[in-house]
Amino acid sequence: MAIELKMPALSPTMEEGTLAKWLKSEGDEIVAGDIIAEIETDKATMEFEAVDEGTLGKILVEEGTEGVKVGTVIAMLAEDGEEVSDVEAPAESAPVDDVPGEGKDVGREPSEAEITKPARKVDVKDPEVPEGTSFVSTTVREALRDGMAEEMRQDERVFVMGEEVAEYQGAYKVTQGLLDEFGPKRVIDTPITEYGFAGIGTGAAMGGLRPIVEFMTFNFAMQAIDHIINSAAKTNYMSGGQMRCPVVFRGPNGAASRVGAQHSQNYGPWYASVPGLIVIAPYDAADAKGLMKAAIRCEDPVVFLENELVYGRSFDVPDVDDYVLPIGKARVMREGSDVTIAAYSIAVGLALEAAEELAGEGIDAEVIDLRTLRPLDRDAILTSLAKTNRLVIAEEGWPTCSIAAEVMAICMEDGFDHLDAPVLRVCDEDVPLPYAANLEKLALIDTPRIVKAAKKVCYRD
Amino acid sequence: MAKAPRSKKKPAQSPAEDTDFVLHSLQDALEKKKRYDATQEQMLHFYEQMLLIRRFEERAGQLYGLGLIGGFCHLYIGQEAVAIGLQSALDGDKDSVITGYRDHGHMLAYGIDPKVIMAELTGREAGISKGKGGSMHMFSTEHKFYGGHGIVGAQVALGGGLALAHQYNDDGGFCLAYFGDGAANQGQVYETFNMASLWNLPIVFVVENNQYAMGTSTARSSAETEFYRRGTAFRIPGMDVNGMDVLEVRQAAEIAFKHVREGKGPVLMECNTYRYRGHSMSDPAKYRTREEVQDVREHKDPIEGLKKVLLENGSTEDELKAIDKDIRKTVTEAADFAENSPEPDASELYTDVLVGEY
Repeated sequence: MAIELKMPALSPTMEEGTLAKWLKSEGDEIVAGDIIAEIETDKATMEFEAVDEGTLGKILVEEGTEGVKVGTVIAMLAEDGEEVSDVEAPAESAPVDDVPGEGKDVGREPSEAEITKPARKVDVKDPEVPEGTSFVSTTVREALRDGMAEEMRQDERVFVMGEEVAEYQGAYKVTQGLLDEFGPKRVIDTPITEYGFAGIGTGAAMGGLRPIVEFMTFNFAMQAIDHIINSAAKTNYMSGGQMRCPVVFRGPNGAASRVGAQHSQNYGPWYASVPGLIVIAPYDAADAKGLMKAAIRCEDPVVFLENELVYGRSFDVPDVDDYVLPIGKARVMREGSDVTIAAYSIAVGLALEAAEELAGEGIDAEVIDLRTLRPLDRDAILTSLAKTNRLVIAEEGWPTCSIAAEVMAICMEDGFDHLDAPVLRVCDEDVPLPYAANLEKLALIDTPRIVKAAKKVCYRD
Repeated sequence: MAKAPRSKKKPAQSPAEDTDFVLHSLQDALEKKKRYDATQEQMLHFYEQMLLIRRFEERAGQLYGLGLIGGFCHLYIGQEAVAIGLQSALDGDKDSVITGYRDHGHMLAYGIDPKVIMAELTGREAGISKGKGGSMHMFSTEHKFYGGHGIVGAQVALGGGLALAHQYNDDGGFCLAYFGDGAANQGQVYETFNMASLWNLPIVFVVENNQYAMGTSTARSSAETEFYRRGTAFRIPGMDVNGMDVLEVRQAAEIAFKHVREGKGPVLMECNTYRYRGHSMSDPAKYRTREEVQDVREHKDPIEGLKKVLLENGSTEDELKAIDKDIRKTVTEAADFAENSPEPDASELYTDVLVGEY
């Protein structure tokens, strides 16, 4: 059967072009790779290469013709054993219209299905802590380590890799003792090579392991952000659900103390903007432990943001077996009725201090710890807003395109009728973090600023 | 008194004196015997598989030209001997493979149904990634094929991770990680070389040197164009292989895979090959001459090369024509299937973003 030679598209956007020149004539023998014609678009001239063998039959579009639509039959090719004279031009068919999203494939009905977003799990609560349970004062640093160690005992696939995690016992001592218990196979010191080891960790997760990749700080993870976003977050989707990537990227995030601009920033908003990632940023020790265990068990890639300034703080952790917390649920840290202060990570501590101060002035503030930044617990924010009708969001990070901005958008979209005052955000100043002690203090969020904002939304300033 | 040096042994005066550091041993083995002793049956199978890739890719190019395939589409035409020579030597139950975005050939080498590959190219529900990945993002965890990655060089570090998993699980497998001459200039490739050698990971790095990183020739982009030498700084032995000869590639695979399977650490293999088409479909390929391409086609084509061997060893023209005819039929069926399968349902938009529910 004769082959139809059709006007090719030379780029994804080309719809028509000029058939500039025929380089073969009717009756010429064609082999694969021969250049048959030159095609011009507004961007380039390209050669039209034969992929089949045969004899060029009738030329249907003369050279010099402009505006030849992609897919138009421009010539016929007689195959081996066919008489060129027998090859006829195809009957004129109706012009083919493009259908958006379907290339030149016409005739299929547009999908009737609704675009459905996955429903959020409702009524998920933190596990009940039985009455009489003892609480153990634990630092956040120890709680993170305990969470990892418990999961490593339970699941052989879990291992830790990163700079100084093994023999040095962790740059911030979060992995202290793990090498002694689990040995060098499961607690792996890496060279200083973030892009490389983040890729190796991600690949190991694709290969069926459960890596915990420690970044000495998340500032260094910028060298590796391609693997976190392009390799880890998108794998499941791009493979149609075939290939998973259960990796945990963890380490300290946010400003530390006097370490200058390059070592002081909050990546919460960066990662929280990426579909396919889970982003967790706990404040106290119990949440650090319970959410670390949840992160390690999670089938999805997790970015787990810790805070260096909080590592050494002690909190009560319930002494129960297997304390695992739900991902995606905020926690009410202090109940109140006049104003909601939403916060996460180190800012929760500041929000609690602010609430204490506000109480002294007769303002009853509710403090919510968001705990998970993606997926954000919209319901918890809106429920509290419906109760207090006023909301301030406190965040140790830049204000622009922040988690604070996201919370404000949620309040506008779904909480507008509950608002008695505009939502305010209290963030760091919009500058790279300065080194000088006085300037650093000026740049960072603090309790007085949260108090001031809370009073303002209560019209008490 | 000066302290004794910390290293266990004196540094060798030259690599040849260091018994642990024989970077040329694998190349020497290949030089001794360049081509794999394939049976006629094996050669016919290689021929069939390479021809399938060739015809599949030609058809993909046509479908692209008709607007049925969108976006980026990188064809493997000319490079067929690399994927077939290497992957025919794998242990499919154990070994894993990862590559970049020029991935159609590597999938076909597994014997994966051309229909589901072509349907992925056209973005249809029946595609191997449900139409959500496209030409560059195809995976088959069933075959231990881990994609299909669009960021140049990323698959090398990910491949290091797959190799780590093989070692961790002590499963006897290794990872075959492909990348191009362009990716060979990415920093993470060397970060991975370092860790792979340091940790003795079971991985074979394969540079598919098709001479052009998009439009830039290796000579214009690379200070060292002999890519197999680039493992030297990491004590990784290199191999320089004619990637246009499937029997040489297969022989190199035998040598490299044995080395890795014996726990001797990573190998860096350069397969010199050539892509006949542009970098992607939208590349007018003005950076090289018509004659250069035609010369490779006429004198070095991997399929024609094997055809010659087959004919010398008793196969007939008719036999090979029959294979070609069957393959054309298979490819036509795949194209029809890919054109006529429905697009994914709109309800698939939000599926597979996350595995868990939160």
